[in-house]
Amino acid sequence: MTPALRVIAPGLLTTIQDQGRPHAIASGVPPGGAMDRFAHSAANLLVWNDPSAATLECTITGPRLVAERACVIAITGADLAPRINGQEAPMWTSIMLAEGDELGFGGRRLGARAYIAVAGGIVGDRWLGSMSTNLMVGRGGMHGRALVAGAVIAVGEPLSEPPPGAALGDTRRPDYADHTLLAIPGPHPREALFGATFRVGIDSNRMGYRLEGDLLEAPDEEILSFALIAGTVQVTPDGRPILLMADHQTAGGYPVAAVVVSASMPSAAQLAPGDELTFAEVSIEEALRLRADQRETLDSLIS
Amino acid sequence: MPPQRSTSKIRIHPLGDTALLAVLGTRLDTAVNTRAIALAAALQKRRDVRRAVAGHGAVTVRFDPDQITHDALAAAIRRLARKRPPMEEPGRLHRIPVVYDGPDLAEVAERTELSPERVIELHGRPIYRVFLVGFVPGWAYLGPLPDELVLPRRATPRTQVPAGSVAIAGPETGIYPLTSPGGWHLIGRTSVKLFLPDSDPPSLFRAGDRVKFFAAGE
Repeated sequence: MTPALRVIAPGLLTTIQDQGRPHAIASGVPPGGAMDRFAHSAANLLVWNDPSAATLECTITGPRLVAERACVIAITGADLAPRINGQEAPMWTSIMLAEGDELGFGGRRLGARAYIAVAGGIVGDRWLGSMSTNLMVGRGGMHGRALVAGAVIAVGEPLSEPPPGAALGDTRRPDYADHTLLAIPGPHPREALFGATFRVGIDSNRMGYRLEGDLLEAPDEEILSFALIAGTVQVTPDGRPILLMADHQTAGGYPVAAVVVSASMPSAAQLAPGDELTFAEVSIEEALRLRADQRETLDSLIS
Repeated sequence: MPPQRSTSKIRIHPLGDTALLAVLGTRLDTAVNTRAIALAAALQKRRDVRRAVAGHGAVTVRFDPDQITHDALAAAIRRLARKRPPMEEPGRLHRIPVVYDGPDLAEVAERTELSPERVIELHGRPIYRVFLVGFVPGWAYLGPLPDELVLPRRATPRTQVPAGSVAIAGPETGIYPLTSPGGWHLIGRTSVKLFLPDSDPPSLFRAGDRVKFFAAGE
């Protein structure tokens, strides 16, 4: 484990994330992990890491980081206009940083969350089997908190040196401009969910998105709480839909109008407050086909 | 509405493309919860199931769609649910000291037409079952509450409920593990820590455990 990147400025919210701690939900602890698992996995694969390695999740505005030593990195997910020493840097591509190089971001162009992987994998505090940062209880990652200026990010020793210049082709990158989330109706369907346009509310975060727009039919009875999963569209007692994301509450008793399919969760992760979105109904078969396509794309990076 | 039999048929809904919800019952019922916990444990042993978590009367099952289809797993769940659950081991017993001085104690007494002393006595009487651990880290739904104490949630939730608050709502009682917003009636407080971040699992209570409250001094 060696220091790799020093934080000059942390950005709005930059946290260490991996694939989360799904087994912890039986204790009420959110599963957490990278919001956009496709971008997180792609970043890792581009630098020859296992997809389970930790990355930096950078929200809306990116951090400014200086390389403490030469390292290979990849930036995926949202286009926050990454720059190395002031020059535009390619995304979805493995890049060699020399000691002293500065990685910064110009501003949000598309999407909400960018991922930075470093060859060898970022090393943070492990809590309940995962390095993912849980901000609510202050555990995991960088001591349970977002990055702060002056912090130093350590990485593990890579098994072998990945070559810079490996890339995911333009046509295989997710289309984050498409704000249509594919979903399957849930146990308590609400027809009005499909086709209507919603806006991601200002008080939305890694726990979930409050969706503004037409109200849905409010629940008429209490449902006994049951275990929830990310992608669930709940309906609150006032008829407002909430889309549960990675740090979601683990159980609840609101009606479930629909569940966003796994292939659309990366797109959901790239929505920021103020963005508009719609839901489109999809069959299970089609959802599974899209899921398989995404995995094939990730596998194509293992060359 | 006809009464629901706890052994009546199970309803299974897809939750997206990689999960199912199996609903065994829709009312607070110890027998149904026992079956849900047993079903979740049986499903968790399957190779094609990633995670099965019991709720009050339902099991949420995340599975690997490369290994099994929704329909085949639903059929397997129905088969498993028909089996008699194994004899349940009594869960661990927790005795929880409570200082009954909550800000809603007087209002609960008034609305239930009981004296505060009687509310305290009734709350401390049952051996509660942990139906479900979840919502926030360490929170547990405990019940059933004596019928005399059943009240709907507060019309306006509090924005901040202190950690350790002992509360009631509907047919259940619980302890706020962290300072958080909350809509339950606060009748007391305890110093016992429910959320144990340095333990694994990090929750004092587990589904199926038993909990007895007793009135304690400061």
